[in-house]
Parts: sequence; structure tokens; C-alpha cells
Amino acid sequence: MRSPTSTTAQPAPNRTMHRRAFLAASATAAAATAILVSGGAILCPREAWGYETKALAPDTMRSLIRVSRDIYPHDRLADRFYAIAMKAQDEKAAADAALKELYESGMAKLDRLAKAKHDAPYAEVGWEADRVRLLHEIEADPFFQTVRGGLVTGIYNNQEVWPLFGYEGESAAKGGYIDRGFNDIEWL
Amino acid sequence: MAAKFDLNDDSVVVIVGSGAGGGTLGTQLALKGIRTVILEAGGRHNMEDFQNDEWASFAQISWLDPRTTSGSWRVSRDFPGLPAWIVKAVGGSTVHWAGAALRFQPHEFKTRTTYGEVAGANLLDWPITLEELEPWYAKAEDRMGVTRTNGIPGLPGNNNFKVLKAAADKMGYTECHTGNMAINSEPRDGRGSCQQIGFCFQGCKSGAKWSTLIAEIPKGEETGKLEVRANAQVLKIEHDAKGKVTGVVYADKDGAIQRQKARIVAVAGNSIESPRLLLNSASSLFPDGLANSSGQVGRNYMRHMTGSVYGVFEKPVRMHRGTTMAGIIRDEAKNKPDRGFVGGYEIETLSLGLPFMAAFLDPGAWGREFTSALDGYDHMAGMWLVGEDMPQESNRITLHADKKDKYGMPVPNVHFDDHPNDVAMRQHAYRQGMALYESVGATRSFPTPPYPSTHNLGTNRMSEKARDGVVNKWGQTHDVANLFVSDGSQFTTGGAENPTLTIVALALRQADYIAGQMAKNAI
Repeated sequence: MRSPTSTTAQPAPNRTMHRRAFLAASATAAAATAILVSGGAILCPREAWGYETKALAPDTMRSLIRVSRDIYPHDRLADRFYAIAMKAQDEKAAADAALKELYESGMAKLDRLAKAKHDAPYAEVGWEADRVRLLHEIEADPFFQTVRGGLVTGIYNNQEVWPLFGYEGESAAKGGYIDRGFNDIEWL
Repeated sequence: MAAKFDLNDDSVVVIVGSGAGGGTLGTQLALKGIRTVILEAGGRHNMEDFQNDEWASFAQISWLDPRTTSGSWRVSRDFPGLPAWIVKAVGGSTVHWAGAALRFQPHEFKTRTTYGEVAGANLLDWPITLEELEPWYAKAEDRMGVTRTNGIPGLPGNNNFKVLKAAADKMGYTECHTGNMAINSEPRDGRGSCQQIGFCFQGCKSGAKWSTLIAEIPKGEETGKLEVRANAQVLKIEHDAKGKVTGVVYADKDGAIQRQKARIVAVAGNSIESPRLLLNSASSLFPDGLANSSGQVGRNYMRHMTGSVYGVFEKPVRMHRGTTMAGIIRDEAKNKPDRGFVGGYEIETLSLGLPFMAAFLDPGAWGREFTSALDGYDHMAGMWLVGEDMPQESNRITLHADKKDKYGMPVPNVHFDDHPNDVAMRQHAYRQGMALYESVGATRSFPTPPYPSTHNLGTNRMSEKARDGVVNKWGQTHDVANLFVSDGSQFTTGGAENPTLTIVALALRQADYIAGQMAKNAI
């Protein structure tokens, strides 16, 4: 399995271990999510990546990935893009105890709210609309604002997502668009 | 060869800032044989170093020194530490500008006379008229290679322009074209033509766009009369017992404090830093700050009425391809008070890349309403709405009471409240903008709030009488004969037009005046 950082660069860890980890994890994971927790890592078998967290509890990490998709839902984006965005925040939290506490306590509060209302932790609440209502209850919290703020660059400044939005990025090295369709609109 | 002047050489003209005002003034003085030192707070980048990457470029060239904000403007909520999106580098904000080079309209030099009394607005006629400035506009246009002047053809229209033009035709607007742009549509002045790269804001990598960095300063340096000192942050202007300025104190690239003597000092640090420097130069002789006997230094801060509209269409537009701002509708720029506000606004093409669109489309927004908009990114067309805002005395730059930068200089606070006229104009502009895109089939359109200010104006304004403003019709301070202001902070009022051409025209005119005064030994 690959790390969610890249589609190419990461060497595949021991597959046997991961199959075992996957089997162990699937026994405890709820069916509602594609991301599983195993030991110190989260796994996404469907997208074939795994990530060992640096600071956050894997459960927290898994829930935050759900939170980030609910904040900026793009149905065409795979979970790994949200995982990459949250990975950057996990790495920051590894060097910042207060930030780590903000995420852990913020997620714990969100889970409490979810359990009170839906008898399930946040990530297991089945309907997006129900989860979004929970997020609205905490949107003024520093926890929410920190997660959201990090996602603005964490998701949209990832060059791998640009093609999915039709954004073409750097162009000078390709000679600009003078011969590559700067005026190719035809439907007007 | 670039000159190298001694710190104790008190015969030089010292200019603070190297952008449209300072870079042009310094070059023009050098071309006239006048020994000039430009002190630039930022570093010097080559155009090859600019990056087609919005956030990386933002980190490379933006002015990111600490600033604070106050007031009811939305920028203060969305970007409390970033009131302005301007540049800290040699070339100043001409590195980042989009190239729109428009003349003011006649009435925009006479707003108090034309608009009458507007409650809450500190309107004043400029001490100069369009007729007086016309020859200098002509020189500036020639020098900058502005399209549709001097026989220079317009730029070809890109996809974003084509949408705007079709909409303008549908709506019955008559004055729509690819703009008066200081971007080469054909090779000129040793620079090539526009390659439609699409990253005008990030520093032009082909050199087609005029900037003082590539099109002025090198010519000044070639004379052997101009020295540009990069990474030199000016902290204070000093004066003698008679109240004449004698030089400036600055922090050099290593943070060491230096003192450059001067015969004349010209301040051109943009409308936040220029008043900040004058205010920070207070002394027993000038207790309220240099050149501030009127109390107007830092006041009347204008940022243009701005907003954007993006429209989403059924089929792709790809607005990010090609020149960012080469498209304009000018019909709303006139003063037509029956619209419910005085002054007017320009409608100009604009595009942002996906990273900045996510940050600026609706700062703070989240959820499907927001993300479904971004899902339409490559089907979007975009326009910028930019119009005249009202000068208000209470909109001002002040020195923060206790926050200081790394040199111990008080951080500037930028206070701004929209005037009701600004609000009425923005609402009108949003309606027209959305109607434009809907007229050519937009399925959805977004009125987008103002970005951090790119047009910062008015904080050392020009006035006929010393009590009404900071500088006279030449940009010379009323209080100190050998102290000048050379940037957009001299603007008495803002006009509807992008300000760079006017700043350059004023700088060329000011260079003539300074040379004449020096020749007569008047200063």
C-alpha cells in the first residue's frame, strides 16, 4: 500500500503485514466508512493507501478526514486528497502540543455531540446533512476554523487535484497559451 | 553601469520605493543626469525567478510585514493581517499589476465641483486638471507601450474576454475591448509580445508586461546615475533645524542601521507605508509627523470600490488561459448620479487560479454551496468591478500603539469603513455583472467580496491649499520644500480607473519639476 502523499513515490510496505492489519482492522471497523484504523495507522483499502499518524490518534485522524470531506465536499475527489490535507495538519501537530490538543479535544467534542444526537461517533453518522448540522454547531470554534483554514491550501493547493477541476497550473514553461488555446472557446 | 553612492553624499536625491512612482521617478531623474538612490525594502528578483504558482509567488513577492486592520470592511474580517495585496520587491507593485493603463476622466479631477457635497465624504478637487496632465499621460503611454495608443494594436481576446464581449453586446454596452494595457501586443522597446501565460499577478515571465523592474530601472542604471539598494527598509526621514530634510535612516540587508544623506527625499512606498514613514518621522519640530501640519497624513485612505463576479456556464471557458485583465467594459465608468451613486466603475476581466479561487471566492465559506461553485472552475468566467470610492477622513493609516516590526518601527493600522456611496455602487456593479453573465447563459453567478486592497490611494493627498492636504500640485509637501511624495498616496480622489498610469504620468511630470527646481537652486 502507498502513503497518501503520492501516487508514485512511496515504496510499498510489507504487503503481508498490511493484509493482516487490514483483516484485523476490518473486524472492528464500521461499514459506514472506507477508512479503517489499525494500530497506529489508518488504512484505505479501496484506494490502496495507509498512513501512520505522527501526532494524532488514528481514530481522530480517521474522523478528521470525514470532517474535511464534509467541510469541502467534492464527490470527484478520492479520500486520499483529504487524507493528504489532514496529514499536513497531523505533521504540524507533531511539533505543536497545543495544536494536537486542539484537534484531539475538538474531535472529542464533536463525537460527544454526535453521540448525544445520533447515538454514534461523528464519522459513523450516516447522513451528510446530519453531520453538517453538527459542524454548524461548532463552526465558530477554533478547532473548526483551524481545520477549515488548513484545508484551503491543503486541498486546493495540491497540484494533483488541479486537473480534476480543469485547472492547468504552470504555463510559462510550455510557452503560455498563445498556441495552446487561449481563445479556443467555441460555444458562444 | 549602476552607480554606487556614498552614504555621506548629500547631493543625491533619495527615493523610498521602486514601484510605479519611485521606479519611474528615479529612472527619469537619472536620465536627466541627476544622481539618485532608490531604497527598496524588498529584494531584487529576475523575471526568470517568478513563479507560475499562486501561493509560492505570494510568499516570494508580497508585502507580508505585520499590519493590523480595523473598521467595518469585510477585508478586516477575512484577512485581518493582510489589508493590502501589494509587493515587496524591486519594481514594487508593478511586478504584480495586471497592466490596465487608463487615463482619468475630466470630472475625476474635479469631484467636489462635480458631485457637490456628499455627506461623510472629504471630497476635494485636484489642484490639476486633465488638460494639464494630458501631455504626461501621452508620455507615460508611449513609455509603457500602452495598447490602443501610439498605433499599438490591442491584445488578442482570450476566452474570458470573449464571454465578456458577447455579454456586453447582449446588454447593449458599447465600449468593450481588450483594454489599454501596458503589455506588449507586439515586440517593442526591447521586450517581446505577450505569450498569454495567464500569470500576470505573479510577475510576468516573458517580459511583455511593463514594470519598473524590467522596463525602467535598468535604463536608469545604464546612465551611471542611479543606484537601487534592495533590502533597505527606511525607518525615518531626518531634517535640520530649519525643517529641511537631510536624509533617511534605514535598515540594510543585514539589519544594520544606516544613514543616507540627501539633497531631496521622495517618498514612494505605497499608500500604507508612505504615511507610516512620515508619521514615524515625527520630531520636536514636527510633532504630528513630517509634512503633517494639515493633519491629513494617513487620512482619506481609499482602496477603490471593488468586487468580482464569477459566472458558471454549461460549457468550459478556461478563464485562466491568457492575459488576466485584457478585457474591459467602460460604459459604467461615467458619472451618472441617477444610478443612485456618484462616480462610476470599470468592468474588467479577471481570473484566479484554483488555489486563489478557493481562498477568495467567499472567504470562510464551506459546504456544498461553496464546493459546487469550485466544481465549476473551468466553466467559469470572471470579472473585476473597480470604481471610485469616497475619501473619508476617518479611513486612515495610523501607527499602532504598541505593535512593532522587527526594526522596532510601529506597525501600521489600516482603518476602513465603506461609505454608503461605495456600497450603492458595489450593489449596482454586482447586479450588472451578474446580468452580463446571465445574458450569455450563466447557470449560476457569484458576487465575490473585495480582495485585500491592490489600489491603495490618497493618504498624502494633493491639495491647492496647505490646510486641505499634504502635497501641492507637484507632489511637493506643503511643509517641507525638499520632501516629495511620488506614489498613489498623492491622489486627491481615486477615479474609477486603475491608478498606475496616473502614478507614472505624475512621476514623469514631477521629475521635470524637481530637475527645474534643482537647476534654479530652489531646493
